[in-house]
Amino acid sequence: MIDRLRYQGAFLPVLTVVASLIVIWYAGAVFLNSTQLIDRYQRQDINWNLGRLAADAWRMERPVLPSPHQVGIELKKTVLDKRVTSKRSLVYHAGITLSSSLLGFVLGTLLGVALAIGIVYVETLDRSLMPWIIASQTVPILALAPMIIVVLGSVGVTGLFPKSVISMYLCFFPVVVGMVKGLRSPEPMLIDQMHTYSASRMQIFFKLRLPSSIPFLFASLKVAIALSVVGAIVAELPTGGQGGLGARLLTGSYYGQITMIWAALIVASIVSALLVTAIGRAERVALRRLNGGQAVTV
Amino acid sequence: MNRPAQSGSTVVRISDLSLEFSTDDGLVQALAGIDLDITPGEFISLIGPSGCGKTTLLRVIADLEAHTSGEILVNGVSPDEARQNRAYGYVFQAPALYPWRTVRRNVILPLEIMGVSRDEREARSTRYLELVNLTGFENKYPWQLSGGMQQRVSIARALCVEPELLLMDEPFGALDEITRDHLNQQLLELWRKTGKTVVFVTHSIPEAVFLSTRVIVMSPRPGQVVDVIPCDFSKDRTLDIRETPEFLEIAHRVREGLKAGHSYDDD
Repeated sequence: MIDRLRYQGAFLPVLTVVASLIVIWYAGAVFLNSTQLIDRYQRQDINWNLGRLAADAWRMERPVLPSPHQVGIELKKTVLDKRVTSKRSLVYHAGITLSSSLLGFVLGTLLGVALAIGIVYVETLDRSLMPWIIASQTVPILALAPMIIVVLGSVGVTGLFPKSVISMYLCFFPVVVGMVKGLRSPEPMLIDQMHTYSASRMQIFFKLRLPSSIPFLFASLKVAIALSVVGAIVAELPTGGQGGLGARLLTGSYYGQITMIWAALIVASIVSALLVTAIGRAERVALRRLNGGQAVTV
Repeated sequence: MNRPAQSGSTVVRISDLSLEFSTDDGLVQALAGIDLDITPGEFISLIGPSGCGKTTLLRVIADLEAHTSGEILVNGVSPDEARQNRAYGYVFQAPALYPWRTVRRNVILPLEIMGVSRDEREARSTRYLELVNLTGFENKYPWQLSGGMQQRVSIARALCVEPELLLMDEPFGALDEITRDHLNQQLLELWRKTGKTVVFVTHSIPEAVFLSTRVIVMSPRPGQVVDVIPCDFSKDRTLDIRETPEFLEIAHRVREGLKAGHSYDDD
């Protein structure tokens, strides 16, 4: 019931924001496409006014910025009108991107959790590992991605896995940071209490530290899942045309099909949004259990 | 070091115990020259102003803190060994319950760690929840309980290890006075029923005098014992004794001890 009210409460503001974004987008389409159009009008000696300019700007074949309905038509063509298995279907490409980002997300989360456990339990790792982990994220992934693909390709690893490695590379970072904080989150009193029971380190880990870290884990996972999609798309750029939303972006820019790029971008953001929402749902369920059935605000 | 355990005569034997730790401002003497023998079935209160080392002393007994000199035996062995034998139950200032565990599963936490069988865990948690008057709340979660009830859960949890020694660090300090009175009475009854040895840290004079067989008055800088006051009220006393002249006399002596040991000018 409360959820429902909250949803209704958010509906109008969200709608307002979306509507104003669309208005700004249309205006932007006129503005950005005007140079080209006015140029043409002058060459062809056409009398023009703002109405004509807008109408032409919104239906150009190769616009600088396509108008929302053009992107909508492109989306309808590539999402609804094509069979899902078709190489021209964005659903097909989204599926490719989704599978490598999910694999990368799982691998990155596992790596992140493992590193966090190491950092929390081994003092040497605590001192030595973190600077390297931070350094790893300062390297531009765009520069690193082709090298990873090429290196792994040269040892015979191709397909899904190399792309996932790039997602993993982006994903593990927020997980490490969150989990280190989470595993260290129990108050000293609770740790002392465990000592009074003569609990082993393993028991302290599974009964206290791990459950206490769950809220931190989910906060990290939300960041990680969005990064994993970015990673997968970046990884698809150097593979050139093998499929995936990244490949569609590249194809679009090769052939100057700006509308195609926009359509792929929108599908990519929908995929990310769905994934983040899914994690959010899981988070709510997990935190509710962790709080003994008490509702939690995330 | 390991003197033979004088079984039956002392639960805790402390002689000339000192503890110092270094801070940024130099060495701090937390405890100095503490002598204390605690016999089975006693209810000992440690009272003193903050910083007098009463909690530290309790933590030394529990092996949560290491002393720097002197000697301490718990059940005739070193605190470390006693801790590994699970010789004591410790109740903290806060209930320290796990929000994701029900009342029963909170109580059996130490038993899970000790590897006690499922049936035994069930039986003991039922027994000790009954002892703290929480029958019927087994499947509630901590947030569904009041502060006083939560602290009773934590007492049940300390008891279900079935230790002979119960260490309590200001367990009712965060509760309102009415709840505290109520729990004091319940604790007294529990002590009477179980015959455990209790070491109880508090900074409430009436609480200490009401509950204890002996009140140990401590003073800070360095933490030391300034007075040991026996209280021999009948075992079936009620809160009403707090109005009697005998009670007030002992409370007065505790207050004098606290005054003597601590000048408040420098605060």
